[in-house]
Amino acid sequence: MQEIVMPINNQGMALLCLLIPLLPLAGFIINGLGNRAIAKGLVSFIGCSTVLASFLITVYLFLDFTANGSRAYTVDFYDWISVGDMQIGFSFLIDQLTLLMMLMVTGIGFFIHLYSAGYMSHDENFGKFFAFINLFMFSMLLLVMGSNYVMMFVGWEGVGLCSYLLIGFWNRNTNYNNAAKKAFVMNRIGDLGFLLGIFLIFITFGSVSYPQVFAEAAQYTGGVDSGVLIAITLLLFVGAMGKSAQIPLFTWLPDAMAGPTPVSALIHAATMVTAGIYMVLRSNVLYVLAPTTLEIIAIVGVATAVLAATIGLAQNDIKKVLAYSTVSQLGYMFLALGVMAFSSSIFHVLTHAFFKALLFLGAGSVIHAMSNEQDIRFMGGLRKYLPITFVTFLIGTLAIAGIPPFAGFFSKDELLAHVWEHSKVLWGLGVLASFMTSFYMFRLVFLTFFGTFRGTEAQRSHLHESPFSMTLPLIVLAVLSTVGGFLGIPPIFGENMHILQGYLAPIYNFARVANPRAMEPMHLDHATEWMLMGISVAVAIVAAIIAYVMYVSKRTVPVPEGSRLSPLHNLIYNKYYIDELYDTIVVRPIMWMSAIFHRVLDNMIVDGVVNGFGKLTTYSSRTLRFAQSGAIGFYLMVMVFSIVLILFLNFFIG
Amino acid sequence: MNNIPEVIRTIPLDYYLFFSAALFVIGVIGVLTRRNAIVIFMCVELMLNAVNLLLTALSAYRADANAQVFVFFIMAVAAAEVCVGLSIIVMTYRNIRSTDVQLLNYLKW
Repeated sequence: MQEIVMPINNQGMALLCLLIPLLPLAGFIINGLGNRAIAKGLVSFIGCSTVLASFLITVYLFLDFTANGSRAYTVDFYDWISVGDMQIGFSFLIDQLTLLMMLMVTGIGFFIHLYSAGYMSHDENFGKFFAFINLFMFSMLLLVMGSNYVMMFVGWEGVGLCSYLLIGFWNRNTNYNNAAKKAFVMNRIGDLGFLLGIFLIFITFGSVSYPQVFAEAAQYTGGVDSGVLIAITLLLFVGAMGKSAQIPLFTWLPDAMAGPTPVSALIHAATMVTAGIYMVLRSNVLYVLAPTTLEIIAIVGVATAVLAATIGLAQNDIKKVLAYSTVSQLGYMFLALGVMAFSSSIFHVLTHAFFKALLFLGAGSVIHAMSNEQDIRFMGGLRKYLPITFVTFLIGTLAIAGIPPFAGFFSKDELLAHVWEHSKVLWGLGVLASFMTSFYMFRLVFLTFFGTFRGTEAQRSHLHESPFSMTLPLIVLAVLSTVGGFLGIPPIFGENMHILQGYLAPIYNFARVANPRAMEPMHLDHATEWMLMGISVAVAIVAAIIAYVMYVSKRTVPVPEGSRLSPLHNLIYNKYYIDELYDTIVVRPIMWMSAIFHRVLDNMIVDGVVNGFGKLTTYSSRTLRFAQSGAIGFYLMVMVFSIVLILFLNFFIG
Repeated sequence: MNNIPEVIRTIPLDYYLFFSAALFVIGVIGVLTRRNAIVIFMCVELMLNAVNLLLTALSAYRADANAQVFVFFIMAVAAAEVCVGLSIIVMTYRNIRSTDVQLLNYLKW
């Protein structure tokens, strides 16, 4: 039994920890207040340097942490909320998982900031953009570093807000604003679940602080699969569904591509959307106590992975393809969580952050070169014009398709091996999704970078490789996508080579106590592992070859808008009409009901009552004025009779 | 020599009551029926005096000085009222050459 995590007494370390989120916050305040007053160069310097500083401090913290025997600690600052039994401190929890997420968030965040400096340089609201992404860094770090569910929720809402602000960044366009609203509303649905989950945690365990909750949960006497734990875990998962775009709350993520491309890379691919996985992983003790929930998560995850992958097959917008691919990969991560392959899930989060950020930034570079053209039907042959983008994008594609030795291969293979052990059906679906992933990604590459240029003459003359501030992040992320997988070398290549698994082992301590059976290591023999690995590689390569034959050899180009499609193709192209379905079953009834409420309740009843009082007053005064005849005799008469009446009443009643 | 309360008590209380009631009613009827403002005014005085009489009588019979204090208040207020009221009537007369209250209907809507 691990003891409760102790607070650190070292003031200097505490200050460093505090600086990590505060620096981007300072950047937000400076750039936000000085939106237009500060020169662009200075804005990008402030924006990037604050995040770089956070990254460097995180690295220092990480080195210090590992040097001191990897003992998790909390950094307490002050009592934040203290009401009755409820004690919520403003404090950070520094452990293996936090540090990993912090490194990922600040590291990738820095490169995306750097990229933005080039990508957004023509935008008039440059300062606003940097202010928002700095605020995002702050919220995300708060989410990751907080040592209790309430702080996580604060960060959770913060990143949601930034996501909303940045999707609607170009707020002159109504469609973009609608996309932002959609993201916001869908996330609120999830957040309700998350919030209820937190309440239930507090009621059940009497605390919301991670160390206490998990210690309590480890000794939970209600047994595995008790009702309250299923409720807690399901409610938390609803929150994760919203943030990490799982069925049925996934339709906001593809629409979120309305935001600037660096935002898509940072928020909607690498960091915020993985918050759901982080949250489930953080609560691993609770989840191992509720295998039923895990089963549901696995099913939702695999369904999302397959569904989103099929939609990805037929999209023609370069960013939409990547967006559906993100949804699909997030489905994979939840699938891994569902089969209790927690480390594989975070491994995939990490590698996915590398290659998906790379892919989005590559897409941004293409869009930048193509003068804001996003439709791959009008691209083609770009490899000659954008060599760095092409090579890095190809690396990203190889990584996501799961071709060795790129990062995605290791994480996806490990993940699928765990799924195989758990259920063959889920594994089959996972491989199917993997096949489709490989196909649509290579389709994207071939249509964009191979063949002949299909855009306009004006676009062709404008084609250029992106500036250094944009290509540098591409190169760095490409390197990470190439070597990132070696963090998790599977056991068949050598025992104890899986650095990540060993590193993360302590965060499952409570889970091991709570449900020892659930946390047993995988026992696949090597032959099976080789077979699984072979199958997934073969599937990826076959899909790539099919894509090559279709889009390079046969030079097929997706049909233009408005032409007739086969029914199935049409269904997929229109994303299964899910948006339309939601529109019919949710949006329209609400609109209809609000129209009725507007007309009946508001216009008739409420307005009727209010106006009625006004009318009554006017009408009665208009009538009563005739009583004011001016005849003194009449007034006196009224007075006397009134007095008599009062006396009578007094006599009979009083 | 008998003091004043004893003199008052030589007549039964009922007499006072009936008498002041009659006076009061005459005052009310006068106020309600007459059109001359000065007469109405006198009728008001009549009502006040009816009340004063009643208060004095009861004060004497009940041996309670409070009522007599009230009488003095009423007298003071009545004097002030006459002062204001009569000047209003005089002004009215100067303006419309009449003290008929039926003609004074300018205060309507």
